[in-house]
Amino acid sequence: MPEMRSATAPTDHRPDERDRSLIDRILGGERELFHELVRPYEKGVYFAAYSILQNQQDAEDVAQETVLKALKNLHTFRAESKFSTWLISIALNEARGRLRHSRVIQFDSVDAARDEDNDEFTPAVISDWREVPLEALERKELRQMLQQAIDGLPAMYREVLVLRDVQDFSIAETATALGVTDGVVKTRLLRARLMLQKVLAPKLNAGRSGVLGIFKRRAGGSWF
Amino acid sequence: MVLNCKHVWKEISNYIDGTVPQELRDSIEQHLANCRHCAAVLDSTRNILYLVADERTFTLPIGYSERLHARLQREMNGDTAGACPH
Repeated sequence: MPEMRSATAPTDHRPDERDRSLIDRILGGERELFHELVRPYEKGVYFAAYSILQNQQDAEDVAQETVLKALKNLHTFRAESKFSTWLISIALNEARGRLRHSRVIQFDSVDAARDEDNDEFTPAVISDWREVPLEALERKELRQMLQQAIDGLPAMYREVLVLRDVQDFSIAETATALGVTDGVVKTRLLRARLMLQKVLAPKLNAGRSGVLGIFKRRAGGSWF
Repeated sequence: MVLNCKHVWKEISNYIDGTVPQELRDSIEQHLANCRHCAAVLDSTRNILYLVADERTFTLPIGYSERLHARLQREMNGDTAGACPH
């Protein structure tokens, strides 16, 4: 197992310095550099949008609108926040705006709010766990199982999980991007993670024992 | 401090993130050493998060980056007014 992760902001500030320098040059007239500025974050923009919209085409449209908006409004960016956080918060807002126009808003539903107030949470209680190695991700069945489990989370939990656990934002960055407090992020993250465990742990345990035929280890030792 | 399973579940996310105070961490670890169920809940949750974080789990649509930058370039070509309005 890798080392336990840190919830604090990354200690490497070089991306911030790089971004600041690029932004200064772009605002100084070197607009082509905007391609370079957004390239490290374009994946994050897509997945932030997807976490809300759950539709590839809509997420891609929103990602494009997000970078265009960021280009247009770059002069309003303030250095006290990170460019990546600012960009992701634009993507989230754009995605919510699109959802608002297309169907009933799920992420602010009364049920979800009530759900958050309820501090009862129960994981799948299992008696033992054998690690599923990363190499098992070569199997499409496993990737689909993970994606479906995340898609099945209520939006408010899915957003937090995608930012924190998929994109590796810190707690503080996640809170800034979503416009909520660190405490709200931690509460939602707990619920998101336990919901995911509750759905996936029994399936993964069953898959490993051969019921789904997913994780049978070959005689040679590979997981296919 | 003696914790029951529900206490441990409630703190499991912060424990994974390494944000619980030392005294609580010690109590959680004491519980985990004696409760195979909670140890399995922790191990499975942590394992699932590593799988979720792997770049193979979520992939971008083919051609996404190219289309994004082409759209951006079209915008730049069509708007030559300059980056800063001031």
